[in-house]
Amino acid sequence: MSKKRPPVEELTYEEAFTELETIINTLEADEQTLDEILNKFERGQELARHCASLLDKAELKTKQLAGDEITDFELDE
Amino acid sequence: MVQPSLFPPSAWTVSEVNRYLRDLLESDHNLADLWVQGEISNLSRPRSGHLYFTVKDESAALRCVMWRNNAQRLSYLPKEGDSVEVHGSVSVYETGGQYQLYADAIKPLGEGALYQEFLRLKAKLEAEGLFDEDRKRPLPRWPRRIGIVTSPTGAALRDMLNTLRRRYPLVEVILAPSPVQGREAPAGIVAGLRDLNRAAVPDVILLARGGGSIEDLWAFNDEGVARAIAASDAPVITGVGHETDFTIADFVADLRAPTPTAAAELATPNRDDLRIDLDEASRRLAQIVQSEIGEQRWRLNELAGRLGRLSPEAHIQRDRQRLDELTRRAITSLTHYFDMQRAHLGAAEQRLTDLNPQAVLSRGYAVVTGADGRSVRSVNQVEPGDALDVRVSDGEFGVEVSGGKPPA
Repeated sequence: MSKKRPPVEELTYEEAFTELETIINTLEADEQTLDEILNKFERGQELARHCASLLDKAELKTKQLAGDEITDFELDE
Repeated sequence: MVQPSLFPPSAWTVSEVNRYLRDLLESDHNLADLWVQGEISNLSRPRSGHLYFTVKDESAALRCVMWRNNAQRLSYLPKEGDSVEVHGSVSVYETGGQYQLYADAIKPLGEGALYQEFLRLKAKLEAEGLFDEDRKRPLPRWPRRIGIVTSPTGAALRDMLNTLRRRYPLVEVILAPSPVQGREAPAGIVAGLRDLNRAAVPDVILLARGGGSIEDLWAFNDEGVARAIAASDAPVITGVGHETDFTIADFVADLRAPTPTAAAELATPNRDDLRIDLDEASRRLAQIVQSEIGEQRWRLNELAGRLGRLSPEAHIQRDRQRLDELTRRAITSLTHYFDMQRAHLGAAEQRLTDLNPQAVLSRGYAVVTGADGRSVRSVNQVEPGDALDVRVSDGEFGVEVSGGKPPA
């Protein structure tokens, strides 16, 4: 009875890392079938990889607000 | 009567007089370190970088000079007509024959009044509870969108963006540009905070400005700015001026950072720390699964062992072993039985041997037999004159009863 879970690559860092923490806590706390354990392990590994790739690839997005308009903004170097 | 001297003392040179006066003034403690209060006039700053001006009051004027090295360090640049306090020492400019103040610091006279205003507003807002600890909102652990209210051209913005880029580039930054000093600043900051909350809905807002004089930072002591911070939906981190500068905005903010860079640091997790957390999480995950699989394997082995003990082959094996055991026990017990029988037989033979009359006769006993052939066991069986047979170990002979005692 596993819930429908969104694909890992669509998650934000916060969502992915929080789910990873939840998986670890569940695995540590509850008795699970081997099948469930392996499923969760696989999902956990995907989440960890996704988080690492977010950290590696992220580039700061800068925008600016003029009244209610949000426009792109680049600081002149 | 004093005679006029024929040779009056020689006259001083101008240089000697000025040098003498200079030494005189410079040896005076009061003139070596003093604050002078007055109004700036005749201000000039030639290309040399030195600052020349006059400080005057209603009835007097004092020439002042500030050398370039001091003038460059001024956070407050005086203007004509400013009321100021000037610090320095008084000495003589020998070339011009003028005494003047050699200034090393200038501060606006209004500073004291500003500070009084600061204290009044701080007390008022504090009494309203705007600084209360329980008003402070928690900061998001992983902000997605950070609003920044600052000058678009200041070093503060550059510092904050560099810090965010280095620590946590996952975030989106929305700048609400606003002047951060001067008359326009308070309204700009208020509008920036309001617009960010309405149009950008950031997770946290940084309100920041680089270092400056107390006048430069004054917008952050504005009551309207303080109330806009308190009214912000998103938590606000201030990073205004330097470490030692405290503004009203700092007291109202959910968190006060000592500098703009520090504000950006407090708003975000550090990517390096996140990598460490992530590695730790992956390691724990693998460890849990490995130990779980290990336990399952152990259980499997145990079950396999129990199943093996229940198999028919094992049953036969076990019966065969039991049969062997029984056989061995049977043989042992038979052997024992024979040994026992043998022992009994030996004992019987011995007893038989003991009962053999011949053996008795050989110890000196004799068997006496009457004429009727029965063995004599009592005196009543015989009469004097009866002929009896006596048997000893190696033969027989006859005897005759010669007398006897009556039975007792």
